[in-house]
Amino acid sequence: MTSPLVELKDLTVDFPVGGNWVRALHGVSLTIRRGEALGLVGESGSGKSVTWLAATKLLPAKARIAGEVLLDGRPIQGLTRDQMAGVRGKRVALIFQDPTSSLNPVHRVGTQIAEAVRLHRGFDAAAARAEARRLLDRVHIPSAARRIDDYPHELSGGTNQRVMIAVALAGEPDLLVADEPTTALDVTIQAQILDLLAEMRRETGMALVLISHDLGIVADITDRVAVMYAGRIVEEAPVDALFDDPRHPYTQGLLAALPDVGGPRRRLTAIHGQVPNPAALPPGCSFAPRCPAAIAGCVTAIPSLDAVAADRRTACFRARPATSLEIAA
Amino acid sequence: MSALLEVEGLVKHYLVRGGGGLFGAPVVLKAVDGVSFSIPAGRTLGLVGESGCGKSTTARLVLGTLARDDGKVVFDGEPVGAVRDARWRAQRRTMQMVYQDPLSALDRRLTVGKQVMEPALIHGLGTAAERRQKALSIMDAVGLSSRFFDRYPHELSGGQRQRVVLARALILSPKLLVCDEPISALDVSIQAQVINLLLDLQDQFSLTYLFISHDLKVVRQVAHEVAVMYLGRIVERGDPEALFHAPAHPYTRALVGAIPTPLTRGRARASLQGDPPSPINTPPGCAFHPRCPRAEARCRSEAPLLRPLDDGRFAACHFPVLSTPAREAA
Repeated sequence: MTSPLVELKDLTVDFPVGGNWVRALHGVSLTIRRGEALGLVGESGSGKSVTWLAATKLLPAKARIAGEVLLDGRPIQGLTRDQMAGVRGKRVALIFQDPTSSLNPVHRVGTQIAEAVRLHRGFDAAAARAEARRLLDRVHIPSAARRIDDYPHELSGGTNQRVMIAVALAGEPDLLVADEPTTALDVTIQAQILDLLAEMRRETGMALVLISHDLGIVADITDRVAVMYAGRIVEEAPVDALFDDPRHPYTQGLLAALPDVGGPRRRLTAIHGQVPNPAALPPGCSFAPRCPAAIAGCVTAIPSLDAVAADRRTACFRARPATSLEIAA
Repeated sequence: MSALLEVEGLVKHYLVRGGGGLFGAPVVLKAVDGVSFSIPAGRTLGLVGESGCGKSTTARLVLGTLARDDGKVVFDGEPVGAVRDARWRAQRRTMQMVYQDPLSALDRRLTVGKQVMEPALIHGLGTAAERRQKALSIMDAVGLSSRFFDRYPHELSGGQRQRVVLARALILSPKLLVCDEPISALDVSIQAQVINLLLDLQDQFSLTYLFISHDLKVVRQVAHEVAVMYLGRIVERGDPEALFHAPAHPYTRALVGAIPTPLTRGRARASLQGDPPSPINTPPGCAFHPRCPRAEARCRSEAPLLRPLDDGRFAACHFPVLSTPAREAA
């Protein structure tokens, strides 16, 4: 068996807060297979963005990171800054929420795409510009020949996100990490960008990690979903299994709290309480204080993320077979 | 049931500098261009649309915090103006606004209790003891325990802050709440709490809501009637179930079809091409025609009026989609 494209093993991140270390990520293990689309969902502060910023070494130096990140089965910890720069962008590309602030406002968009092409693929200036032009066409920017010399402020938010995707594609990456790529966009433009991401994945065979707070978006274009809560993955499953048969009470709660445009109109079932402060997590399962299914064992021990079915993992004492439930109780 | 709020032919145009830089000739930006609706007492109108469609401008015109260029707003039988006289201030008491970002709507240096009491103090209602009593009872109604009375906004979570904003609006016993994206800044698990709270408060205090949102899923949850705006005009208005299940206007159809939800995963989307045109250069005829899959010659020359359809809905389209539910067709 070949090694997976990316493997995160027991990744932890601590940030210094007022003289103390506050743990933002509590041992995240995750595997990205070649060509697959993984959704990473969670609310603000759940650690979904920090996971990937830590894995690509983009966190500020003051953050303390532990654990292992493997690319093609090889650890990236030992890489120098220069070697890491060759991984980021080339092997693993990232796009973020606000395209207009990710682009350089004083450079033409064509120049910014061409820069990525030269950097990652060693093209000369003329060839890079031709490639930039081709990439603009590929991300379906109308009249690319004219737009190539525009500045970001002359383009709409949706078009700028297309430019960002073109920059990301410039290095022909094996993995695209898209962090809330459509959150700043209107719903009809969001649909266009989601369609574009799906199309690019079909054409290039690259893997996609889609980070989002929106379960609808994740359901739309991913194959597998990991749900995060308070710095841990609490459930991981193929997309249909997760939405048809959520096992973790937090996932169940999120789905019950979600309004829909179709189906019968019902009163939403809210999850009571709020996300815990990372500096003062409850003992035991972080979700226990809000969990309708919590039992005595949930407030004393932290459930590990264990397999509950083929290709499914859940971190919940109540989601286990009866035997371990009895032990926990 | 008589309408609490009646809005007729609302218009707000801005003169902005056109092309040609500093010396460009001024051009007209039609932010709101002939908007009419009414909301019966105790009901909710959901106003939806994408950024720049004029929904927030409409809210400010309704409240009289922005002067309109044309049209009429009648609230509780009285005309609403933008001249800040005694009557304007009296009307403020009964129509309140709830904004998207609770932290920026709150004063960071005032305790929760002081902020909730402040509107009553400004309007000179009751004694200090009565105001305190009223504030505590309103805080209870929005689900804030009295221990938050002496806390500061930064000590609260996003959901709790939005409850403070609601308490502050409710202390004046308003009849109308204008909510501009009231839950967009909140996390998913907290959004449902606030949606349910808004529904409970409506029952408890017989409130009327003008609920503005870009999120159709949320609007469906709260609204009795929905109006869809595109480039300063209402393009479709009607019962939320009819409107979302079988949109008559091609724009509503695209808007509903574009929403990804776990329920509709895997289904093909009929995506709308291009960006919305700028409200400065609205296309002639129907403003939606350049992006419309059903557009014909007439749409390019003649702007459609908002007309009633057979099922009681209104649509501004020469060729409205009748009957076929969009989701099944997709």
